[in-house]
Amino acid sequence: MKFPNSILLAFCSIMLMFNACSNGPTETSENAIYQCPMECEGDKTYTVEGSCPVCKMDLKLTSEETIVDDDADLDNSIFNLTSKWNTEEGETIQLTELNGSVLIVVMIYTTCKAACPRLVADMRNIREKVGDSSARYILVSIDPENDTPERLKAFAIENQMDGEEWTFLQGTVDDVREFSNVLAVKYKQISPIDFSHSNIISVFDENGVLKYQQEGLGVDNSVLVSEVKALLSE
Amino acid sequence: MRLKSIILFGILLQSAAGFGQEPSEMKKIKGGTFVPLYGTDSSEIYVRDFELDVYPVTNEQFLAFVKKYPKWQRSEVKTLFADNNYLRKWESDTELGKEVVAKAPATTISWYAAKDYCACQGKRLPSMDEWEYVAMASETKANAQTDSIFNKRIVEGYEKPKTYLKPVGSTFKNYWGIYDMHGLVWEWTSDFNSVLISGESRQDVDTERNLFCGSGAVNASNLMDYAAFMRYAFRGSIKANYSIQNLGFRCAKSLKQ
Repeated sequence: MKFPNSILLAFCSIMLMFNACSNGPTETSENAIYQCPMECEGDKTYTVEGSCPVCKMDLKLTSEETIVDDDADLDNSIFNLTSKWNTEEGETIQLTELNGSVLIVVMIYTTCKAACPRLVADMRNIREKVGDSSARYILVSIDPENDTPERLKAFAIENQMDGEEWTFLQGTVDDVREFSNVLAVKYKQISPIDFSHSNIISVFDENGVLKYQQEGLGVDNSVLVSEVKALLSE
Repeated sequence: MRLKSIILFGILLQSAAGFGQEPSEMKKIKGGTFVPLYGTDSSEIYVRDFELDVYPVTNEQFLAFVKKYPKWQRSEVKTLFADNNYLRKWESDTELGKEVVAKAPATTISWYAAKDYCACQGKRLPSMDEWEYVAMASETKANAQTDSIFNKRIVEGYEKPKTYLKPVGSTFKNYWGIYDMHGLVWEWTSDFNSVLISGESRQDVDTERNLFCGSGAVNASNLMDYAAFMRYAFRGSIKANYSIQNLGFRCAKSLKQ
């Protein structure tokens, strides 16, 4: 990671230099922070290039461009997954089409009698507390062989989760396994109709980067809700 | 002209590595039933006939793969798909260097990379049940689960350090003609994350059936098989983007029904 970062950094500084040449120093990025390499003035920093007023040495760039961090973050985005999914409305989508919305994601299966009804209730509860309807609530089936789009649609109606903000996804067995790995959700089929699975609700920001996970059933969801609200207000 | 020769060189390089033209050797595994350490609610598992690579994938084979698919090179790979240890000891994106043995099993590879490697060969990762089914075979028996000497030998194999540096084929050939199931490296399986025995599983997992609740040992079907315990516990403790020094993989293939 160090290697590409330093290249990027070097690239950014070169770009800055070009900027400085062509457009004058006012164009330098707000995110660049310079500091005396000898720290003559302690922690004092500057937002423009120059030299230290004490030792006259050239100021050194100390902070990385936020762009670098963003790139590292986007490397973690679930939108890097290229798998295709069927929705309860019978459409085929890729995860990247969910780009731009805060996502609250859970893995369930519709014939589940034990944990899933409670997980589903948790999701509805979160939806109510968040209020704002711009977040999207995604339910991914871990039983894609049985949970067809039709079945997911029926489940959505039955559970009053048929609004625009709710999306149910059916993938292939392989893609669901991959998705569960991204979420660190574990599951195992223990009979033709039953699965054992982790109960984890995950929150992704609008870039598809995992921001928060709530583990357990019927737990206090206030932290998760405040995370979602914070992301929505960004 | 120059471009052409570069392309030609690339093709030559690839054929030299043998990737894509000569898929690695596989052996047919005759399916059957067995009782894995962790199973379904009917404890016997049926494994269908399938094919499995004779050897784990080697460093040089993986090198050929990343040359062909640059998105899996160390500097290109997304952190979602591989952690910082991915191909850590390689000299560069496309060179193994001195520390990495060409014929040794490819390790420090994430599950995503292993999965894609197999997919690009028209194969897949073996399931955990398939892997365990083949792993219970000794040199002479398809099922050596109750052979205490065999089990002891496996556990002793786990204790040897740096076995990932040995070339593939350096351990025993089992009943199915498959090498190195024990004694070189751990191996990824397609559904490794179906082991629900990690610490947090007690509170987060649907334990209504008590399948994974409490001590895993109570539900284990074969308490003698300490080696299998270690494997399942290891699988339960890892994540798909982990790249670990002693964790490699081999590919499998379903047979047409």
